Amino acid sequence: MSEEARAFGPVLTAARPQAVAALLRYFRDLDLAEEAFQEACLRALKSWPQNGPPRDPAAWLIFVGRNVALDSVRRRARQVELPPEDAFSDTEDAEAAVAARIDGAHYRDDVLRLLFICCHPELPATQQIALALRIVSGLSIGQIARAFLVSETAMEQRITRAKARIARAQAGEGGVPFEPPGAVERAERLGAVAAMLYLVFNEGYSTAGDAAAARAPLCEEAIRLARLLLRLFPAEPEIMGLAALMLLQHARAPARFAADGTVILLEHQDRALWNRTFIAEGLALLDKAMRHRRPGPYQVQAAIAALHARASTAEETDWAQIDLLYGTLEIMTPSPVVTLNRAVAISKLRGPEAALAMVEPLGERLSGYFHYHGLRGALLMQLGRTGEAREGFMAAISLATTPAEAAHIRSHLDGLK
Amino acid sequence: MFYALLCYHQEDVVCAWTREEDDAVMQKLAVVQERLARDGKLGPVARLLPTTAATTLRKDQDPPLVLDGPFAETKEQLLGFYILDCADLEEALGIARELGAANPGGSYEIRPVGLFMDGGARP
Repeated sequence: MSEEARAFGPVLTAARPQAVAALLRYFRDLDLAEEAFQEACLRALKSWPQNGPPRDPAAWLIFVGRNVALDSVRRRARQVELPPEDAFSDTEDAEAAVAARIDGAHYRDDVLRLLFICCHPELPATQQIALALRIVSGLSIGQIARAFLVSETAMEQRITRAKARIARAQAGEGGVPFEPPGAVERAERLGAVAAMLYLVFNEGYSTAGDAAAARAPLCEEAIRLARLLLRLFPAEPEIMGLAALMLLQHARAPARFAADGTVILLEHQDRALWNRTFIAEGLALLDKAMRHRRPGPYQVQAAIAALHARASTAEETDWAQIDLLYGTLEIMTPSPVVTLNRAVAISKLRGPEAALAMVEPLGERLSGYFHYHGLRGALLMQLGRTGEAREGFMAAISLATTPAEAAHIRSHLDGLK
Repeated sequence: MFYALLCYHQEDVVCAWTREEDDAVMQKLAVVQERLARDGKLGPVARLLPTTAATTLRKDQDPPLVLDGPFAETKEQLLGFYILDCADLEEALGIARELGAANPGGSYEIRPVGLFMDGGARP
Protein backbone atom coordinates (compact mmCIF):
# COMPACT_ATOMS: atom_id res chain seq x y z
CA MET A 1 0.00 0.00 0.00
CA SER A 2 1.34 3.44 -0.88
CA GLU A 3 2.04 6.03 1.80
CA GLU A 4 -0.92 8.00 0.51
CA ALA A 5 -3.29 5.03 0.61
CA ARG A 6 -2.14 4.18 4.13
CA ALA A 7 -3.15 7.65 5.27
CA PHE A 8 -6.74 6.73 4.38
CA GLY A 9 -6.71 3.73 6.75
CA PRO A 10 -8.11 5.64 9.74
CA VAL A 11 -10.66 7.36 7.48
CA LEU A 12 -11.99 3.97 6.34
CA THR A 13 -11.92 2.61 9.90
CA ALA A 14 -13.84 5.62 11.16
CA ALA A 15 -16.45 5.39 8.40
CA ARG A 16 -16.86 1.64 8.74
CA PRO A 17 -19.55 1.29 11.45
CA GLN A 18 -21.86 3.81 9.81
CA ALA A 19 -21.27 2.49 6.27
CA VAL A 20 -21.65 -1.22 7.08
CA ALA A 21 -24.71 -0.44 9.22
CA ALA A 22 -26.40 1.47 6.40
CA LEU A 23 -25.54 -1.25 3.86
CA LEU A 24 -26.93 -3.84 6.26
CA ARG A 25 -30.23 -1.97 6.48
CA TYR A 26 -30.29 -1.75 2.72
CA PHE A 27 -29.41 -5.37 1.89
CA ARG A 28 -30.59 -6.99 5.15
CA ASP A 29 -27.71 -9.43 4.79
CA LEU A 30 -24.54 -9.18 6.83
CA ASP A 31 -22.27 -10.92 4.32
CA LEU A 32 -23.49 -8.83 1.44
CA ALA A 33 -23.15 -5.62 3.46
CA GLU A 34 -19.59 -6.51 4.42
CA GLU A 35 -18.64 -7.46 0.86
CA ALA A 36 -20.13 -4.25 -0.46
CA PHE A 37 -18.12 -2.23 2.05
CA GLN A 38 -14.87 -4.08 1.21
CA GLU A 39 -15.38 -3.44 -2.48
CA ALA A 40 -16.14 0.23 -1.81
CA CYS A 41 -12.92 0.50 0.22
CA LEU A 42 -10.88 -0.94 -2.64
CA ARG A 43 -12.37 1.62 -5.00
CA ALA A 44 -11.77 4.39 -2.46
CA LEU A 45 -8.09 3.51 -2.26
CA LYS A 46 -7.87 3.79 -6.06
CA SER A 47 -9.94 6.94 -6.39
CA TRP A 48 -9.17 9.06 -3.31
CA PRO A 49 -5.41 9.45 -3.79
CA GLN A 50 -6.07 10.84 -7.29
CA ASN A 51 -9.26 12.80 -6.78
CA GLY A 52 -8.84 13.69 -3.13
CA PRO A 53 -11.02 12.24 -0.35
CA PRO A 54 -14.73 13.08 -0.40
CA ARG A 55 -16.17 15.52 2.12
CA ASP A 56 -18.30 12.75 3.63
CA PRO A 57 -16.36 9.48 3.31
CA ALA A 58 -19.12 7.34 4.89
CA ALA A 59 -21.75 8.59 2.42
CA TRP A 60 -19.34 7.96 -0.48
CA LEU A 61 -18.63 4.42 0.72
CA ILE A 62 -22.32 3.65 1.24
CA PHE A 63 -23.23 4.96 -2.19
CA VAL A 64 -20.44 3.14 -4.04
CA GLY A 65 -20.83 -0.03 -1.96
CA ARG A 66 -24.54 -0.14 -2.61
CA ASN A 67 -24.12 0.18 -6.37
CA VAL A 68 -21.32 -2.36 -6.57
CA ALA A 69 -23.25 -4.91 -4.53
CA LEU A 70 -26.42 -4.36 -6.52
CA ASP A 71 -24.49 -5.04 -9.71
CA SER A 72 -23.05 -8.26 -8.36
CA VAL A 73 -26.40 -9.40 -6.94
CA ARG A 74 -28.00 -8.76 -10.33
CA ARG A 75 -25.23 -10.62 -12.15
CA ARG A 76 -25.44 -13.59 -9.84
CA ALA A 77 -29.22 -13.57 -9.97
CA ARG A 78 -29.18 -13.61 -13.79
CA GLN A 79 -27.01 -16.72 -13.76
CA VAL A 80 -29.30 -18.49 -11.37
CA GLU A 81 -32.82 -17.18 -11.62
CA LEU A 82 -34.72 -13.99 -12.13
CA PRO A 83 -34.76 -11.82 -9.02
CA PRO A 84 -38.07 -11.19 -7.36
CA GLU A 85 -39.04 -7.68 -8.38
CA ASP A 86 -39.67 -6.38 -4.86
CA ALA A 87 -36.17 -7.28 -3.68
CA PHE A 88 -34.86 -4.28 -5.59
CA SER A 89 -37.92 -2.12 -5.44
CA ASP A 90 -35.94 1.00 -4.63
CA THR A 91 -33.03 0.58 -7.03
CA GLU A 92 -34.40 3.45 -9.04
CA ASP A 93 -33.91 5.91 -6.21
CA ALA A 94 -32.17 9.08 -7.22
CA GLU A 95 -28.70 9.60 -5.82
CA ALA A 96 -29.84 12.58 -3.80
CA ALA A 97 -32.55 10.58 -2.10
CA VAL A 98 -30.07 7.90 -1.15
CA ALA A 99 -27.68 10.46 0.24
CA ALA A 100 -30.50 12.08 2.19
CA ARG A 101 -31.46 8.77 3.74
CA ILE A 102 -27.85 8.06 4.60
CA ASP A 103 -27.51 11.32 6.45
CA GLY A 104 -30.92 11.09 8.01
CA ALA A 105 -32.07 10.13 11.43
CA HIS A 106 -31.57 6.41 10.70
CA TYR A 107 -27.85 6.71 11.20
CA ARG A 108 -27.86 6.37 14.99
CA ASP A 109 -30.19 3.40 15.04
CA ASP A 110 -28.38 1.78 12.10
CA VAL A 111 -25.09 1.68 13.99
CA LEU A 112 -26.82 0.56 17.17
CA ARG A 113 -28.60 -2.22 15.25
CA LEU A 114 -25.33 -3.41 13.71
CA LEU A 115 -23.72 -3.62 17.15
CA PHE A 116 -26.83 -5.19 18.63
CA ILE A 117 -26.95 -7.92 15.98
CA CYS A 118 -23.38 -8.87 16.93
CA CYS A 119 -24.44 -9.48 20.52
CA HIS A 120 -27.25 -11.87 19.67
CA PRO A 121 -28.08 -13.81 22.86
CA GLU A 122 -27.72 -17.15 21.06
CA LEU A 123 -24.05 -16.43 20.44
CA PRO A 124 -21.54 -17.33 23.15
CA ALA A 125 -19.60 -14.32 24.46
CA THR A 126 -16.40 -15.16 22.57
CA GLN A 127 -18.30 -15.25 19.27
CA GLN A 128 -20.02 -11.95 20.02
CA ILE A 129 -16.64 -10.36 20.60
CA ALA A 130 -15.04 -11.91 17.52
CA LEU A 131 -17.96 -10.86 15.36
CA ALA A 132 -17.99 -7.27 16.59
CA LEU A 133 -14.25 -6.96 16.08
CA ARG A 134 -14.53 -8.36 12.55
CA ILE A 135 -17.66 -6.59 11.37
CA VAL A 136 -17.80 -3.30 13.27
CA SER A 137 -14.11 -2.67 13.92
CA GLY A 138 -12.82 -4.27 10.73
CA LEU A 139 -9.94 -6.09 12.44
CA SER A 140 -8.48 -8.80 10.21
CA ILE A 141 -9.14 -12.47 10.95
CA GLY A 142 -5.41 -12.77 11.69
CA GLN A 143 -5.48 -9.95 14.27
CA ILE A 144 -8.51 -11.47 16.02
CA ALA A 145 -7.04 -14.98 15.90
CA ARG A 146 -3.83 -13.73 17.57
CA ALA A 147 -5.84 -12.02 20.30
CA PHE A 148 -7.72 -15.23 21.05
CA LEU A 149 -4.61 -17.44 20.68
CA VAL A 150 -6.20 -19.64 18.02
CA SER A 151 -5.24 -20.34 14.42
CA GLU A 152 -6.59 -18.16 11.62
CA THR A 153 -8.50 -21.13 10.22
CA ALA A 154 -10.18 -21.76 13.57
CA MET A 155 -11.11 -18.08 13.90
CA GLU A 156 -12.38 -17.96 10.33
CA GLN A 157 -14.64 -20.94 11.08
CA ARG A 158 -15.81 -19.41 14.34
CA ILE A 159 -16.83 -16.18 12.62
CA THR A 160 -18.48 -18.01 9.73
CA ARG A 161 -20.52 -20.07 12.20
CA ALA A 162 -21.52 -16.98 14.14
CA LYS A 163 -22.65 -15.25 10.94
CA ALA A 164 -24.63 -18.29 9.87
CA ARG A 165 -26.34 -18.36 13.22
CA ILE A 166 -27.27 -14.71 12.94
CA ALA A 167 -28.52 -15.19 9.38
CA ARG A 168 -30.77 -18.01 10.64
CA ALA A 169 -32.01 -15.92 13.54
CA GLN A 170 -32.62 -12.93 11.27
CA ALA A 171 -34.65 -15.11 8.90
CA GLY A 172 -36.75 -16.51 11.76
CA GLU A 173 -39.13 -15.01 14.29
CA GLY A 174 -36.43 -13.64 16.59
CA GLY A 175 -34.73 -11.51 13.94
CA VAL A 176 -33.80 -7.93 14.76
CA PRO A 177 -36.27 -5.74 12.87
CA PHE A 178 -35.05 -3.03 10.52
CA GLU A 179 -37.60 -0.45 11.55
CA PRO A 180 -36.34 2.24 13.94
CA PRO A 181 -36.78 0.94 17.49
CA GLY A 182 -39.04 2.47 20.12
CA ALA A 183 -37.58 4.09 23.23
CA VAL A 184 -37.77 0.95 25.40
CA GLU A 185 -36.30 -1.25 22.70
CA ARG A 186 -33.54 1.27 22.04
CA ALA A 187 -32.64 1.30 25.74
CA GLU A 188 -32.52 -2.52 25.77
CA ARG A 189 -30.27 -2.55 22.73
CA LEU A 190 -27.96 0.03 24.31
CA GLY A 191 -27.73 -2.13 27.43
CA ALA A 192 -26.85 -5.27 25.47
CA VAL A 193 -24.30 -3.42 23.35
CA ALA A 194 -22.71 -1.85 26.43
CA ALA A 195 -22.32 -5.31 27.99
CA MET A 196 -20.75 -6.61 24.77
CA LEU A 197 -18.29 -3.70 24.61
CA TYR A 198 -17.26 -4.38 28.19
CA LEU A 199 -16.66 -8.03 27.22
CA VAL A 200 -14.41 -6.86 24.38
CA PHE A 201 -12.57 -4.62 26.83
CA ASN A 202 -12.12 -7.36 29.42
CA GLU A 203 -10.92 -9.80 26.80
CA GLY A 204 -8.11 -7.35 26.15
CA TYR A 205 -7.57 -6.43 29.78
CA SER A 206 -7.29 -9.83 31.42
CA THR A 207 -4.07 -11.09 29.89
CA ALA A 208 -0.37 -10.71 30.46
CA GLY A 209 2.73 -11.87 28.68
CA ASP A 210 2.93 -12.52 24.96
CA ALA A 211 -0.82 -12.36 24.51
CA ALA A 212 -1.00 -8.92 26.16
CA ALA A 213 0.57 -7.21 23.15
CA ALA A 214 -1.87 -8.90 20.80
CA ARG A 215 -4.82 -8.08 23.04
CA ALA A 216 -4.12 -4.51 24.09
CA PRO A 217 -5.75 -3.23 20.88
CA LEU A 218 -9.00 -4.83 22.08
CA CYS A 219 -9.11 -2.40 25.02
CA GLU A 220 -8.52 0.59 22.76
CA GLU A 221 -11.08 -0.70 20.28
CA ALA A 222 -13.70 -1.07 23.02
CA ILE A 223 -12.98 2.51 24.12
CA ARG A 224 -13.21 3.76 20.53
CA LEU A 225 -16.59 2.06 20.07
CA ALA A 226 -17.84 3.43 23.39
CA ARG A 227 -16.91 6.95 22.23
CA LEU A 228 -18.76 6.24 18.99
CA LEU A 229 -21.86 5.18 20.95
CA LEU A 230 -21.59 8.36 23.03
CA ARG A 231 -21.44 10.54 19.94
CA LEU A 232 -24.65 8.85 18.77
CA PHE A 233 -26.37 8.90 22.18
CA PRO A 234 -24.69 11.78 24.02
CA ALA A 235 -27.03 11.96 27.00
CA GLU A 236 -26.89 8.34 28.25
CA PRO A 237 -25.25 8.32 31.70
CA GLU A 238 -24.58 4.57 31.69
CA ILE A 239 -22.71 4.80 28.37
CA MET A 240 -20.68 7.67 29.90
CA GLY A 241 -20.10 5.41 32.91
CA LEU A 242 -18.98 2.53 30.72
CA ALA A 243 -16.56 4.73 28.76
CA ALA A 244 -15.23 6.21 32.02
CA LEU A 245 -14.80 2.77 33.58
CA MET A 246 -12.81 1.48 30.61
CA LEU A 247 -10.66 4.62 30.37
CA LEU A 248 -9.86 4.62 34.10
CA GLN A 249 -8.93 0.93 34.04
CA HIS A 250 -6.98 1.14 30.81
CA ALA A 251 -5.02 4.11 32.22
CA ARG A 252 -3.29 1.60 34.53
CA ALA A 253 -2.14 -0.65 31.67
CA PRO A 254 1.50 0.57 31.61
CA ALA A 255 1.86 -0.29 35.33
CA ARG A 256 0.03 -3.61 35.55
CA PHE A 257 2.75 -6.09 34.64
CA ALA A 258 6.42 -6.40 35.51
CA ALA A 259 8.98 -6.89 32.75
CA ASP A 260 8.87 -10.67 33.35
CA GLY A 261 5.07 -10.69 32.93
CA THR A 262 4.10 -11.10 36.59
CA VAL A 263 1.05 -9.22 37.83
CA ILE A 264 1.63 -6.03 39.80
CA LEU A 265 -1.33 -5.49 42.11
CA LEU A 266 -3.02 -2.09 42.20
CA GLU A 267 -1.50 -1.23 45.57
CA HIS A 268 2.04 -1.89 44.33
CA GLN A 269 1.77 -0.20 40.94
CA ASP A 270 3.96 2.77 40.06
CA ARG A 271 1.23 5.38 39.74
CA ALA A 272 3.56 7.69 37.81
CA LEU A 273 3.14 5.26 34.90
CA TRP A 274 -0.64 5.68 34.78
CA ASN A 275 -1.92 7.45 31.66
CA ARG A 276 -3.04 10.88 32.91
CA THR A 277 -4.93 11.76 29.71
CA PHE A 278 -7.13 8.66 29.97
CA ILE A 279 -7.72 9.41 33.66
CA ALA A 280 -8.73 13.00 32.85
CA GLU A 281 -11.18 11.83 30.19
CA GLY A 282 -12.58 9.13 32.48
CA LEU A 283 -13.10 11.56 35.36
CA ALA A 284 -14.71 14.12 33.01
CA LEU A 285 -17.18 11.54 31.70
CA LEU A 286 -18.03 10.34 35.20
CA ASP A 287 -18.64 13.95 36.24
CA LYS A 288 -21.02 14.41 33.34
CA ALA A 289 -22.81 11.13 34.06
CA MET A 290 -23.44 11.96 37.72
CA ARG A 291 -25.23 15.18 36.78
CA HIS A 292 -28.04 13.06 35.33
CA ARG A 293 -28.78 11.49 38.72
CA ARG A 294 -29.62 8.17 37.08
CA PRO A 295 -27.03 5.88 38.64
CA GLY A 296 -26.29 2.45 37.20
CA PRO A 297 -23.73 -0.32 37.59
CA TYR A 298 -21.21 1.12 35.10
CA GLN A 299 -21.28 4.51 36.78
CA VAL A 300 -20.77 2.94 40.21
CA GLN A 301 -17.87 0.82 38.97
CA ALA A 302 -16.39 3.87 37.27
CA ALA A 303 -16.75 5.80 40.54
CA ILE A 304 -14.77 3.06 42.31
CA ALA A 305 -12.08 3.17 39.60
CA ALA A 306 -12.06 6.98 39.93
CA LEU A 307 -11.32 6.76 43.67
CA HIS A 308 -8.28 4.62 42.87
CA ALA A 309 -7.25 7.02 40.10
CA ARG A 310 -7.54 10.03 42.42
CA ALA A 311 -5.38 8.51 45.19
CA SER A 312 -1.80 9.58 44.57
CA THR A 313 -0.55 6.70 46.73
CA ALA A 314 -2.17 3.38 47.65
CA GLU A 315 -2.31 4.52 51.30
CA GLU A 316 -4.46 7.53 50.37
CA THR A 317 -7.18 5.34 48.83
CA ASP A 318 -10.63 6.24 50.20
CA TRP A 319 -11.64 2.69 51.19
CA ALA A 320 -14.70 3.90 53.11
CA GLN A 321 -16.17 5.39 49.91
CA ILE A 322 -15.22 2.29 47.96
CA ASP A 323 -16.98 0.12 50.55
CA LEU A 324 -20.12 2.27 50.20
CA LEU A 325 -20.01 2.07 46.42
CA TYR A 326 -19.63 -1.72 46.46
CA GLY A 327 -22.58 -1.77 48.85
CA THR A 328 -24.59 0.14 46.22
CA LEU A 329 -23.41 -2.26 43.53
CA GLU A 330 -24.49 -5.24 45.67
CA ILE A 331 -28.01 -3.81 45.63
CA MET A 332 -28.01 -2.99 41.90
CA THR A 333 -26.40 -6.20 40.67
CA PRO A 334 -26.23 -8.71 43.54
CA SER A 335 -23.41 -11.16 42.93
CA PRO A 336 -20.93 -13.02 45.13
CA VAL A 337 -18.12 -11.53 43.03
CA VAL A 338 -19.22 -8.01 44.00
CA THR A 339 -19.28 -9.04 47.67
CA LEU A 340 -15.80 -10.52 47.24
CA ASN A 341 -14.56 -7.19 45.92
CA ARG A 342 -16.25 -5.40 48.78
CA ALA A 343 -14.38 -7.67 51.18
CA VAL A 344 -11.11 -6.22 49.89
CA ALA A 345 -12.30 -2.76 50.94
CA ILE A 346 -13.42 -4.17 54.30
CA SER A 347 -10.00 -5.74 54.87
CA LYS A 348 -8.42 -2.29 54.44
CA LEU A 349 -11.00 -0.59 56.64
CA ARG A 350 -11.56 -3.10 59.43
CA GLY A 351 -8.85 -5.72 59.04
CA PRO A 352 -8.57 -9.29 57.75
CA GLU A 353 -10.86 -10.86 60.33
CA ALA A 354 -13.93 -8.81 59.32
CA ALA A 355 -13.14 -9.38 55.66
CA LEU A 356 -12.76 -13.13 56.14
CA ALA A 357 -16.18 -13.26 57.83
CA MET A 358 -17.60 -11.67 54.67
CA VAL A 359 -15.70 -14.00 52.33
CA GLU A 360 -16.34 -17.38 54.02
CA PRO A 361 -20.10 -17.55 53.27
CA LEU A 362 -19.32 -17.12 49.53
CA GLY A 363 -17.40 -20.41 49.44
CA GLU A 364 -20.26 -22.50 48.18
CA ARG A 365 -20.95 -20.29 45.16
CA LEU A 366 -17.36 -19.26 44.41
CA SER A 367 -15.55 -22.56 45.05
CA GLY A 368 -14.47 -22.64 41.38
CA TYR A 369 -13.32 -19.02 41.29
CA PHE A 370 -9.63 -18.19 41.31
CA HIS A 371 -9.94 -14.83 43.05
CA TYR A 372 -12.05 -16.27 45.88
CA HIS A 373 -9.31 -18.67 46.90
CA GLY A 374 -6.62 -16.09 46.29
CA LEU A 375 -8.24 -13.47 48.53
CA ARG A 376 -9.18 -16.03 51.18
CA GLY A 377 -5.60 -17.30 51.23
CA ALA A 378 -4.24 -13.77 51.55
CA LEU A 379 -6.59 -12.95 54.45
CA LEU A 380 -5.70 -16.20 56.26
CA MET A 381 -2.03 -15.41 55.69
CA GLN A 382 -2.48 -11.98 57.30
CA LEU A 383 -4.15 -13.67 60.26
CA GLY A 384 -1.18 -16.03 60.64
CA ARG A 385 -3.28 -19.13 59.84
CA THR A 386 -0.51 -20.48 57.63
CA GLY A 387 -1.79 -24.01 57.04
CA GLU A 388 -5.22 -22.87 55.88
CA ALA A 389 -3.65 -20.09 53.81
CA ARG A 390 -1.51 -22.65 52.01
CA GLU A 391 -4.61 -24.72 51.21
CA GLY A 392 -6.35 -21.63 49.86
CA PHE A 393 -3.40 -20.70 47.66
CA MET A 394 -3.11 -24.25 46.36
CA ALA A 395 -6.78 -24.18 45.40
CA ALA A 396 -6.23 -20.82 43.68
CA ILE A 397 -3.26 -22.06 41.66
CA SER A 398 -5.25 -25.01 40.38
CA LEU A 399 -7.87 -22.54 39.09
CA ALA A 400 -5.49 -19.95 37.62
CA THR A 401 -6.31 -19.20 33.98
CA THR A 402 -3.09 -17.38 33.10
CA PRO A 403 0.56 -18.02 33.96
CA ALA A 404 0.66 -14.52 35.50
CA GLU A 405 -2.11 -15.43 37.96
CA ALA A 406 -0.36 -18.65 38.92
CA ALA A 407 2.98 -16.88 39.34
CA HIS A 408 1.37 -14.31 41.61
CA ILE A 409 -0.06 -16.97 43.93
CA ARG A 410 3.21 -18.89 43.88
CA SER A 411 4.98 -15.80 45.19
CA HIS A 412 2.55 -15.83 48.15
CA LEU A 413 3.22 -19.53 48.74
CA ASP A 414 6.95 -18.89 48.69
CA GLY A 415 6.39 -16.23 51.36
CA LEU A 416 4.65 -18.73 53.66
CA LYS A 417 7.14 -20.48 55.89
CA MET B 1 -0.20 40.37 16.53
CA PHE B 2 -1.55 37.34 18.29
CA TYR B 3 -3.32 34.70 16.23
CA ALA B 4 -5.33 31.74 17.39
CA LEU B 5 -4.85 28.66 15.26
CA LEU B 6 -8.00 26.58 15.75
CA CYS B 7 -7.51 22.94 14.77
CA TYR B 8 -10.44 21.19 13.15
CA HIS B 9 -10.40 17.54 12.15
CA GLN B 10 -12.80 14.62 11.95
CA GLU B 11 -12.72 13.32 15.47
CA ASP B 12 -13.72 9.76 14.59
CA VAL B 13 -10.76 9.62 12.21
CA VAL B 14 -8.31 10.91 14.83
CA CYS B 15 -9.78 8.43 17.35
CA ALA B 16 -9.11 5.65 14.82
CA TRP B 17 -5.37 6.41 14.73
CA THR B 18 -3.33 3.66 16.34
CA ARG B 19 -1.19 4.63 19.32
CA GLU B 20 1.86 4.55 17.01
CA GLU B 21 0.22 6.82 14.43
CA ASP B 22 -0.82 9.25 17.16
CA ASP B 23 2.68 9.28 18.69
CA ALA B 24 4.23 9.83 15.26
CA VAL B 25 2.05 12.90 14.58
CA MET B 26 2.73 14.35 18.03
CA GLN B 27 6.48 13.89 17.51
CA LYS B 28 6.45 15.64 14.16
CA LEU B 29 4.42 18.50 15.63
CA ALA B 30 6.81 18.78 18.57
CA VAL B 31 9.68 19.54 16.19
CA VAL B 32 7.83 22.56 14.78
CA GLN B 33 6.55 23.61 18.22
CA GLU B 34 10.03 23.54 19.75
CA ARG B 35 11.38 25.81 17.05
CA LEU B 36 8.43 28.20 17.45
CA ALA B 37 9.04 28.28 21.20
CA ARG B 38 12.75 29.03 20.70
CA ASP B 39 11.82 31.89 18.37
CA GLY B 40 9.44 33.25 21.01
CA LYS B 41 6.41 32.85 18.74
CA LEU B 42 4.55 30.14 20.67
CA GLY B 43 1.85 30.93 23.24
CA PRO B 44 -0.41 28.41 25.00
CA VAL B 45 -1.07 25.15 23.14
CA ALA B 46 -3.92 22.77 23.96
CA ARG B 47 -5.10 19.41 22.70
CA LEU B 48 -8.71 18.94 23.74
CA LEU B 49 -10.22 15.68 24.96
CA PRO B 50 -12.84 14.13 22.64
CA THR B 51 -16.13 16.01 22.21
CA THR B 52 -17.84 13.14 24.03
CA ALA B 53 -16.30 14.63 27.19
CA ALA B 54 -17.81 18.06 26.38
CA THR B 55 -20.76 19.78 28.00
CA THR B 56 -22.54 22.79 26.50
CA LEU B 57 -24.30 25.58 28.38
CA ARG B 58 -26.99 27.14 26.22
CA LYS B 59 -27.28 30.61 27.74
CA ASP B 60 -29.74 32.01 25.21
CA GLN B 61 -32.49 31.04 27.62
CA ASP B 62 -33.16 31.63 31.27
CA PRO B 63 -32.24 29.55 33.16
CA PRO B 64 -29.44 28.38 30.85
CA LEU B 65 -29.72 24.83 29.60
CA VAL B 66 -26.96 22.27 30.18
CA LEU B 67 -26.52 19.82 27.29
CA ASP B 68 -24.21 16.84 26.83
CA GLY B 69 -21.81 17.03 23.94
CA PRO B 70 -20.18 19.78 21.88
CA PHE B 71 -21.83 23.07 20.91
CA ALA B 72 -22.59 22.04 17.34
CA GLU B 73 -22.78 18.76 15.48
CA THR B 74 -20.36 19.28 12.64
CA LYS B 75 -18.46 17.08 10.21
CA GLU B 76 -15.19 18.31 11.69
CA GLN B 77 -14.67 19.15 15.35
CA LEU B 78 -12.51 21.62 17.26
CA LEU B 79 -9.80 19.33 18.64
CA GLY B 80 -7.21 21.85 19.83
CA PHE B 81 -5.64 25.27 19.43
CA TYR B 82 -2.41 27.24 19.39
CA ILE B 83 -1.82 30.86 20.27
CA LEU B 84 0.91 32.32 18.05
CA ASP B 85 2.73 35.66 18.05
CA CYS B 86 3.18 36.58 14.38
CA ALA B 87 4.08 39.72 12.46
CA ASP B 88 1.21 39.28 10.01
CA LEU B 89 -1.20 36.84 8.39
CA GLU B 90 1.46 35.62 5.96
CA GLU B 91 3.66 34.48 8.80
CA ALA B 92 0.73 32.84 10.58
CA LEU B 93 -0.22 31.02 7.37
CA GLY B 94 3.38 29.87 6.95
CA ILE B 95 3.37 28.35 10.43
CA ALA B 96 -0.03 26.80 9.78
CA ARG B 97 1.30 25.19 6.59
CA GLU B 98 4.27 23.78 8.50
CA LEU B 99 2.08 22.35 11.26
CA GLY B 100 -0.28 21.06 8.60
CA ALA B 101 2.54 19.18 6.89
CA ALA B 102 3.27 17.45 10.20
CA ASN B 103 -0.44 16.68 10.76
CA PRO B 104 -2.28 16.39 7.45
CA GLY B 105 -6.06 16.28 7.13
CA GLY B 106 -8.67 18.63 8.51
CA SER B 107 -8.36 22.44 8.60
CA TYR B 108 -6.81 25.21 10.63
CA GLU B 109 -8.83 28.35 11.21
CA ILE B 110 -6.49 31.32 11.67
CA ARG B 111 -8.20 33.90 13.85
CA PRO B 112 -6.61 37.15 15.02
CA VAL B 113 -6.86 37.54 18.80
CA GLY B 114 -8.60 40.67 20.14
CA LEU B 115 -7.94 40.30 23.84
CA PHE B 116 -5.42 37.97 25.39
CA MET B 117 -4.95 37.50 29.12
CA ASP B 118 -2.41 35.11 30.51
CA GLY B 119 -4.56 34.27 33.51
CA GLY B 120 -1.69 32.50 35.23
CA ALA B 121 -3.41 29.18 35.92
CA ARG B 122 -1.22 26.24 34.97
CA PRO B 123 -2.37 22.65 34.52
